[in-house]
Order: sequence, then C-alpha cells, then structure tokens
Amino acid sequence: MALNMKRVPVREQDPQIRAKNFEEVCLGYNSEEAVEESKRCLSCKNPKCVDGCPVAVDIPAFIKCIKEERFEDAAKEIAKYSALPAICGRVCPQETQCEGKCVMGIKGEPVSIGKLERFVADWSYANNIDLSKKEAPNGKRVAVIGAGPAGLTCAGDLAKKGYGVKIFEALHKTGGVLAYGIPEFRLPKDRVVDKEIESIKKLGVEIETDVIVGKTVTVDSLIEDEGFDAVFIGSGAGLPKFMGIPGELANGVVSANEYLTRVNLMKAYRDDYDTPVKTAKKVCVVGGGNVAMDAARTALRLGAETHIVYRRSEAELPARAEEVHHAKEEGIVFELLRNPKEILVDENGTVKGMRVIKMELGEPDSSGRRRPVEVPGSEYDIECDMVIMSLGTSPNPLISSTTEGLETNRWKCIIADEETGKTTKDRVYAGGDAVTGAATVILAMGAGKKAAAAIDRELSGK
Amino acid sequence: MYKIVRKKCLTDNIIYMDIYAPRIAASCKPGQFIIVINDEKGERIPLTIADYDAEAGTVAIVFQTVGKSTRDLAEYEEGDSVADFVGPLGRPSDLCSLDDTELKEKKIIFVCGGVGTAPVYPQVKYLFNRGIDCDVIIGARNKDLLILTEEMKKVATNLYIATDDGSFGFKGNGSQLLTKLVREDKKEYNHAVVIGPMIMMKFTSMTTKELGIPTIVSLNPIMVDGTGMCGACRVTVGDEIKFACVDGPEFDGHKVNYDEAMRRQAMYKTEEGRAMLAAEDNKNGHKCGCGGGK
Repeated sequence: MALNMKRVPVREQDPQIRAKNFEEVCLGYNSEEAVEESKRCLSCKNPKCVDGCPVAVDIPAFIKCIKEERFEDAAKEIAKYSALPAICGRVCPQETQCEGKCVMGIKGEPVSIGKLERFVADWSYANNIDLSKKEAPNGKRVAVIGAGPAGLTCAGDLAKKGYGVKIFEALHKTGGVLAYGIPEFRLPKDRVVDKEIESIKKLGVEIETDVIVGKTVTVDSLIEDEGFDAVFIGSGAGLPKFMGIPGELANGVVSANEYLTRVNLMKAYRDDYDTPVKTAKKVCVVGGGNVAMDAARTALRLGAETHIVYRRSEAELPARAEEVHHAKEEGIVFELLRNPKEILVDENGTVKGMRVIKMELGEPDSSGRRRPVEVPGSEYDIECDMVIMSLGTSPNPLISSTTEGLETNRWKCIIADEETGKTTKDRVYAGGDAVTGAATVILAMGAGKKAAAAIDRELSGK
Repeated sequence: MYKIVRKKCLTDNIIYMDIYAPRIAASCKPGQFIIVINDEKGERIPLTIADYDAEAGTVAIVFQTVGKSTRDLAEYEEGDSVADFVGPLGRPSDLCSLDDTELKEKKIIFVCGGVGTAPVYPQVKYLFNRGIDCDVIIGARNKDLLILTEEMKKVATNLYIATDDGSFGFKGNGSQLLTKLVREDKKEYNHAVVIGPMIMMKFTSMTTKELGIPTIVSLNPIMVDGTGMCGACRVTVGDEIKFACVDGPEFDGHKVNYDEAMRRQAMYKTEEGRAMLAAEDNKNGHKCGCGGGK
C-alpha cells in the first residue's frame, strides 16, 4: 500500500472572511477525512509520539480505533489519559510534541495527531458519549485551586478514583486561561471549553467560583476548617510583565492579559455585554509568543491594522507554527528584530506611536536562542494608537504569600517536585504555570495528572 | 448568586446594599474592596467595602450611579440576587496592622468626599471598637448629598461636616475645614486618611502636605479582575509603578501621580461622553458633590 506522505488537509475559514469574525478558524476533520488521515499512522511498535505527549496518551491505540471507524472506542482510549481532548487537539504545540516525534515526519508530513484527537473529542460531544466512568467514593476530599488546565485535569483524575473533589476558582467563570486567555476563534467557549468542563462536573467534581484563595479563604483554612485531606494548587501565572520604558502608562498601552480578558472572558467585542474594550486604528503588539498572536489576531478582528513587534527573528518566535501561519494569512505584519525603546504620547496622554530600535542576533543565550543585540543609532518611530504588551506572565503571589510553609523560588514560582507536584508543605501539591511560570496548557495538564496520582498514593496509603 | 438582603437610597443617586456573602464577611477587613457583577453580561465593578457583619454573613456596599453598570445595579431590589460578588480584594488598611499602643500614638483625621464616606466608615468603626479616638470630616456639595452622618457620629470621636454651599455645617470643602481645624482650632493630627473622588484626594493631599500630616488615600482606578492579572489599575506612586488592586488600594497620598491616575480613569469614556461631560462642567461648574475641583 502506497502511503501518502502528505497529510489530509484540514478545512479552514477563508483568511479574508475570518479576519472579520470570531468564529473558529480551523473547521476540523469530518469522519471521512479523519479515517483517511488515520490510515497514515504506521502503528509503530515503539511509538515515539507517545513519548512526546506530556500526558502519554496512547496515540496509536486511539488512531487504530479511528481507522476501524470505532469513534466511541477512540474517545474512551483518549479519556484514559486526558480529560480535555477537544482543547488539547486545538491548542497543544503538537509540532514539538507528538507530531514532532512521528516517524512519518522524517520523509514526509507527520500524522495529524492533533486534528485526529480534536475530531474524536468533537464527535464524542456531538454523540453524547458518556465518559464518566469512575470508582466508588472513598470518603476522602481534595480541594483544587484554580479551574484551569492543571486544576481541571487533577480534579478529573481524582474524581475518577473516587475522591470528593471541589475546585475553587477566583474568577466568575471556569476554565482559567482557556476562558480568559485563548480567544474564541482558536478555542470556542460554549462548544468546547464549557463542554469539557461539563464532562468533568459529570464525574462529580464541584466547582465554587468567586473564591480567591489567599483572600476569601486560605490553603490552611481549606485543610483545617473545611476538612480537605489534600490541596492541589493550580493557580496559574497571572501577573503580566511590562517593559519599564517611558510612556508605558499612557492611555492605550495595555497588557495582553487585560486586552484578552476584556474580549474573551468579558465578551467586550459583543454589544450585548457591558465591558468596554478600546478599538484602535493601528495596534502594535510587543512579543512573539502564542499570547502575542492571540492579542494581535483579536485586535485585527476588532478592525485594527496590526503589527507584531518582536526582538528576535522569525525562527525564534515562541508561538506555535500554526498560529504564526494563521496570523500571516490574516494580514498581520511582522516587524521582526525590533525592540521598543519608548511609547510616544500625545498631549492628552494617549499613545501616538512607538520608538523602536533595530536588533541583530548575537551569541546564543541561556535559552539556547541567539541573543538579540541593539544596532546602535537605528531607532525609528512607528505610528500607532494602541500598544499591547505581551511579554509573558509570572505567578500570582496571593497564595504563596498567605500560606505558611509553602516555599517559592526567586521567580515566585511555587517549589514542587517535578514528578509528584509535592510542595514544601504537608498535603499540599502544586502544578502548572504556578510552578513552572508561563508554559503550555498540556504541560499544566501533565502536572495536574502527576499530582493527582501522587495525591492518590499519599491518601490511599499505597 | 448573592442575595441583596437590604437596600436603601442614601441620596438620589447613592445606594446602600447589604449583600449576603458569608465567606467575604468572615475574611474582609477595613480598606479592602469587592467586585460585583450584576448579571451574566455585566462588567466587573470594583467597590470598596462599606461595612461588614461576619455573624450575619453580610457585606455592605455603597455606590453612586455614574454609568450603565451602576445604574443597572441600582435597579436591583431587596431579595434580588447579583450574579457574582468576589473578595475581599486589595490590602487591608495600614491601620489594621497596628497594635493598640501604636494606634494610640496616632492622631487620626479622616477626610471623606461624597460617596468616599462609605469606605471610611468601617475604618472608623474598627478604631471605635478598639477604643481608639479619631476625628472625621465629611464633605459634600450640599446637605442633601451628605451620607452616613448618623452612623459616623456613633463611631467618630468628633464629626465635622462641610458643605460647599454652607447648607449644613462648615461652608467650604473638607480640605478648607481641615485647614481651619488645624490652623484656627489648633487640632493636632499626625495621620490623615483621605477618601473620595480622585480630584478631591489630589487637592486634600496638597493641603495635608502643607499642614505636614502624613496621608493615606484609597484609589479606585479602572480594573478588570482585581487580582493582579490585567494591570489596568497601574498607578505611579513616587517613582514606582504599582497595581492598585494588589499593592493598594491605599497609597501614600503625597506620592500618587493624580493627574496620570485621573487620565487613566477616563480611558474608556467615549469621545462623545467626554465632550458631554465637558459641556456640562462648563455650564454648571464642578458638580460631582465631592467638594473638590475648586
């Protein structure tokens, strides 16, 4: 049988049309396309893709089910490892994980594992497949802080093992970064995020929103007063960074977090919601990660000419390849090897432009990427009426500063064992961005999973 | 959902509500704030806590109807519920971190402007309950705009009232009354807490600086989440940039860059709305009832 070296293309909204709406960009495979793509999988005896997956989904097993058109079984295979497949299929950086390891990728294109996972998850929701198999209640209770990827995964896994799990979420909606950070056009909220959270609730997980641990309650009060046997902290990395350059407090300079929260969580792009968002004619987004792409593509959809300003070159862009590709297709201009020096401000204190300096790549730095160095005397001005700072985030100290015995490192990240999530405080575990600093959804899920297993070992005395 | 257990109108456009939120009532302290969301489509409205009762499980808020969201909230009646009520946010007032000996050394004057009287009340009550003396000035445009005077009278050692038009108490604003108390009546203060509209805090802080009284103000900038996530509430204090939501809301009143803070507060006012406000201000003079903007 001749193997097709190219993957089955996935249908997408036309770039010209989607640049003006918030509907999902990628339309996903239908069942015929999924089956066809699944046949490209070689079912390797020693599957490298599984090694590349932070939650070790048995990828060949679920793809085999697709080949045989047993989609429900495929969903059940994935559910053994992941509680959020519709999300992971959309936002995981597959090219550096499972697909990056796929042997098909050596001579041709790797199997489109992410799109297949997404197909299975969407199919199982469309067909109301019940994946809520769980063990009998064991009488133990675990508190999970944060309803983002780490917390939801940890909660789902523990609930399946019979634990009584309650998630405490600071915001008024669940999902964490899936709700406030990643835009609708990349990760639909009602159809995908809310569905996956529903399926976690079906396992018996309770969720209380509007509870800020460290303010409303504390880790200690959860254990001592509310009787939880263990606590998992998955509070994320919520604090935005700024550059510290002149003009940064001008009206029109916002963090990507603020911009995306207004649009995604508060639905400011819709007239029927009360939260406002600034619309601009020309927006500069500073940064090159996924969040920068999300902010830029959001600004574009709100009608602005949008430029990405990034201090390294295209090869170093930390964003997923697909996001960069989509951003370019939609007409976002990349100003690479440029770094802001100053925000230019008009007499009313509003942004009127940005002074940037050209950069060139020098020797590799500690991250292994070539360090950008300023080209002396190369400053010039870019006109714009809004600047979105997307320079990364750091963990919120609200919990660490109010929990005695919970130690953090110098980046304010909670110190936790990589394999178990165990912190320096008894019966308290942590994982996700709160521990690693800003990373990916799937790494947070992996940490939530490991912690769930470790909590189970500790509480069951195994 | 969080039930409104009591509602009263303090003036035509200032509303008081007790909200049933036992977790917050048990954990909040004077100086902190909450965020309320009316309904699914509402925005996150930050409001400083005006009182709380841990036993009853209620937290009091006082707000002026200034925009769509506060006007909508004012339509809610006793027995209705708001969608979300979250807190306590921000740091408690610095006064809460002092022990009784330290507090007794403070000669405290609170200066309240308009609706800013509400967040001052729990601080004064806190001191009263610990047996600490403090004086309070309430300033408003006229006597109909004064709020919480009866409540304040019960907990303040001395309560002074100023109205811009002289319809009640001292004729003038809070800042002028404070100057009179210090200069003419020889009152001594070594700690001022000034809460009200930004412009009133700016001018009153200038006065306290002249009088040499260290001053704390409580800022109410634009914010979204209130937990440090968005950075909308960035404010310059001295030569540092602070997040009002997690580093404040209280700051050294002599170090805040008020002009920048006021400009940032107006960021989401539409061009049209700004023009309308400017027109009104020009026609009627300063009208917010805060006693500032002289």
